[in-house]
Amino acid sequence: MAHAHESNTKRIWIVFGILSVITIVEVIFGIIKPASLHLTSFLGTSPLNLLFIILTLAKAYGITWAFMHMEGEKKWFRRAVVWTAVFLISYLVVLLLIEGEYLFDVMSFPLTKWNY
Amino acid sequence: MGATIAVNSEDKTTWNGGGKRPFGASYGKMMMWFFIVSDALTFSGFLAAYGLTRFKFIDSWPIADEVFTHFPFLHGVHAPMYYVALMTFILIFSSVTMVLAVDAGHQMKKKKVAWYMLFTIIGGLIFLGSQAWEWKNFIGGTYGAVQTTDGKILQFVKDGHQIALSDFVVDAHEERVQHTRKNGLWYVSGETLPSYSVNEVVNSYKNNSDVLIRTEKIDLATKQKTILSREEGARYLLNAKQVVEGANLQVNEYGNPIFADFFFFITGFHGFHVFTGVLINIIIFFNVLIGTYERRGHYEMVEKVGLYWHFVDLVWVFVFTFFYLV
Repeated sequence: MAHAHESNTKRIWIVFGILSVITIVEVIFGIIKPASLHLTSFLGTSPLNLLFIILTLAKAYGITWAFMHMEGEKKWFRRAVVWTAVFLISYLVVLLLIEGEYLFDVMSFPLTKWNY
Repeated sequence: MGATIAVNSEDKTTWNGGGKRPFGASYGKMMMWFFIVSDALTFSGFLAAYGLTRFKFIDSWPIADEVFTHFPFLHGVHAPMYYVALMTFILIFSSVTMVLAVDAGHQMKKKKVAWYMLFTIIGGLIFLGSQAWEWKNFIGGTYGAVQTTDGKILQFVKDGHQIALSDFVVDAHEERVQHTRKNGLWYVSGETLPSYSVNEVVNSYKNNSDVLIRTEKIDLATKQKTILSREEGARYLLNAKQVVEGANLQVNEYGNPIFADFFFFITGFHGFHVFTGVLINIIIFFNVLIGTYERRGHYEMVEKVGLYWHFVDLVWVFVFTFFYLV
C-alpha cells in the first residue's frame, strides 16, 4: 500500500461523474432511439447496440480500474485476473451467439414445426 | 512433518496467509479477486445463454421499452427506462460511498469509515426494494394478453398504443369456478382464474371495431411488433387458449415465457448477490464500530468487502445493458 495515507477522494468523485454521464447518455439514446442508429445494421447488429456495448465496457473499465483499484495492483496479478476473465467470457459469448443464430435459421426452415 | 504445513499455524498472522504476499497482494484480497473471476464467469454464462436465446428468437423477442414502463407514483404514464436508470444510479452511488469508506480506511479514520459503510448499506437496501417493486410490476402485469394454442401471445392495441383487457373487455358474468381445496380434491388447488374468460375477450374484440391485435412477430424494417388487420386478428383469436395476466415461469403476457424465465433468474441471482453483499457489509460495519480493524492496525477487510460490492455493481451494469438497452 504505497498510497497508504494520501486521499483519493477527488478522483473518486471524478470517476463517479464520468460513470453518471455515460449512464445518462445511454438512457437518452435508449429513449430516443435515433432511427439512423437503431434501424441500420453494422457488424451484425445495429450501431446503437454497439454504442451501448462500448459504453458498458467503458463503465466496467472505470469500475474495475478506479473503484476496485485494479490500477494499483502488480502487473501480472492484474493480468491473471483480467486476461482470464476477458478471454473465457469472449470465447463463451462468441460461441453461444453463433449457435443462437444457427438455431434461428433452423427454426425458420419450413419443414420444421416448432411450438415455441 | 513440518513439510506438510505450508505456514506456521501457531503464528498469529496466519489470517493473512502467514504474511506471505505474492504479487504484493494479501492472501484474502487475492482470493477475493479469484472468487470474483469465477463469479463473473457464472454471470457471463447466464448472460451468454440469454444472448443465445435472444438470437434464437430474434424476430419475436419482447421489446424492453414495452415491458418495463412503470415509475413510482406515476400511474398510467408510459415511462420506459427511467426507473432502471434510477436503480443504476443508486447502485453506482453506493459503490462510491463504498470506495470512500475504503479510502477513509487507508487513513485510519474510523468514524468516516463507519458512516460511509452505513450509506452503502442504505443504498443497497434501496436497490433491493426497487428490484422487488420491479418484480411486482412484472409478475402482476399491466395489460393482459391472450395466449394461443401454439404458445404465442396476442396483445391488444388501440390507436397504436397497447390497451389493457379491462379497457375493452365486457364481463359477461360467466360462471367460472376456481378449483380450490374446499370444492374439489383436497390435496390440490387449481390456478388462479384470470379476470376474464377467453370467450369474453373474443366477443369484446368482435364488438369493438377499433381494437386491433398485436403479435409477437417483429417487423425487421421498423423494429416494432406487427399489428394485424381486424379480419386477420379474428382468425388468430380462433386459436385462443387462455387469458394471461402478468408473468411467471410458465406464461408471460409480454411475449415469450423464456424472457420471463431469464429475467427472474438473472435479476434474481444478481439481487441475491446484492442481498448477501448487504449482509456482509452489515457485519463489517459492526466490526468497524467495535474497533476490530482499529486494533488490527488496518482496514483491509473493508477493502475486501468493497471489492465484492463493486463487483455486484459491475454485474448490474451489464444486466442493465443487455436487459433494458440492447
